[in-house]
Amino acid sequence: MLKEEEAPAAEQRILVIPGEELGDNSYKPGTGTYLKGDRIFATLLGVKNVRSGYINVLPLSGRYMPRPGDSVIGIIKDVGPSSWIVNVNSPYPALMHVNDVPWKVEFGKTSQYLRAGDTILAKIGQVDETMRIQVTLKEPGLRRLDRGHITRITPSKVPRVIGKSGSMVSLIKEYTGCKVFVGQNGIIWMDGDSEGIAYASKCIDMIDRDAQMMGLTDRVRQFLIDKYGSEPRRREPEELDEEEWE
Amino acid sequence: MSLIGEDGKREDGRALDELRPIKIEVGVLHNADGSAYVEWGKNKVLAAVYGPKEMYNKYLQDPTGAVVQVNYNMAAFSVDDRVRPGPSRRSIEISKIIGEALERVIMREDFPRASIDVFIEVLEASAGTRCAGLTAASVAVADAGIPMRDLVASCAAGKADGHIILDLGKGEDNLGQADLPVGYVPGTGEITLLQMDGHMTREEFDSALKLAIGACEEIHDIQKRALKHRYAIHKGGEGQ
Repeated sequence: MLKEEEAPAAEQRILVIPGEELGDNSYKPGTGTYLKGDRIFATLLGVKNVRSGYINVLPLSGRYMPRPGDSVIGIIKDVGPSSWIVNVNSPYPALMHVNDVPWKVEFGKTSQYLRAGDTILAKIGQVDETMRIQVTLKEPGLRRLDRGHITRITPSKVPRVIGKSGSMVSLIKEYTGCKVFVGQNGIIWMDGDSEGIAYASKCIDMIDRDAQMMGLTDRVRQFLIDKYGSEPRRREPEELDEEEWE
Repeated sequence: MSLIGEDGKREDGRALDELRPIKIEVGVLHNADGSAYVEWGKNKVLAAVYGPKEMYNKYLQDPTGAVVQVNYNMAAFSVDDRVRPGPSRRSIEISKIIGEALERVIMREDFPRASIDVFIEVLEASAGTRCAGLTAASVAVADAGIPMRDLVASCAAGKADGHIILDLGKGEDNLGQADLPVGYVPGTGEITLLQMDGHMTREEFDSALKLAIGACEEIHDIQKRALKHRYAIHKGGEGQ
């Protein structure tokens, strides 16, 4: 799970734009930055973040760039005789070979297992330098999603939806009684009653819109309290039978 | 007809080195990855960015980086006479030069085989739309979260009635002696767009270029403010 940015609440969040100078070479250039001469500049529109000697820019927008090991939600785009093409919300299509699924699939029978439009919980396998992506279903918890709802957010805001050690997402789960899975690629899957899903996606929209603001968790909690009262709703026992997936 | 009055003011009352009023708004389109709207005098220009995404026309893919595809288009109603819809000699040229001006600042190498599509729609035109278009496009690319070394700012200078002037208006463009659109990267001092229409001496060219670059610095500030305004960080939200 991604870490929530660990800026102390008192520290200001500084918004930077591409080309803006961030510091000199007493720091190291991190993500979203480049070094020119002995000074560091931003390449992205985002929030400046200094951590363990590195200057980073946390982007406010942009596409998902796959990294090996990321848990994502994908949508099957195309079916081949021995593989599937999966849309993982990145600029590049991902390939899932029959060897990467937990079933024994005969050559040409791929569409008996997954068809175009099916949604899967998958993990990014390898990504090479020309951005050929492999995804896999062959790990515990990975599966096809047969029910529930899907919503999307800006991929760079995924850490905010999850919150510090999962605080935000468990808050939403607690109150709405929904199962929520946040893919690193910005696709979010929710399952529960229709009211819960409606409120959960409202919360997620709120996080997407106001991600750079302070005190977001409290605002989401207030919203949920307004809807549900101060007592978190208890989840129905049968909703817990499937293993929890983080 | 005289373009510059005896008081040294121009048709629209501007000084020789004065820009028209410029307004930039960021993130105006919902379905685009990034967008910007620019009002520059009477010009009204929309820019939308989609991508980086899978590049179709697969044979045009570049394994070393993203391809920047720009489409500049003038709306049929953007000028007094109706513009015939569809690509024209002029709009193909402008698309190409704006694309090349943007390409220089975008970190294309981060997205091999992908494409970044930029659409520039001129809703109302009154001289200087390529500069307004490039200025808008550069802000829209930043809004899309695409990594870039710096923003590109763009402005024209030129010559009318024997005077070197900044940011030509419609009359000055049509009746003046020269027009010099410049695309400028303030951080590095690079020029990524330079065209000239008409005649100027070397000395006139140098002073026009200097004037345009100075204005680009000013426009860069407006771009910067527009981007920061869009994503203003609200400190101490309700919860604090």
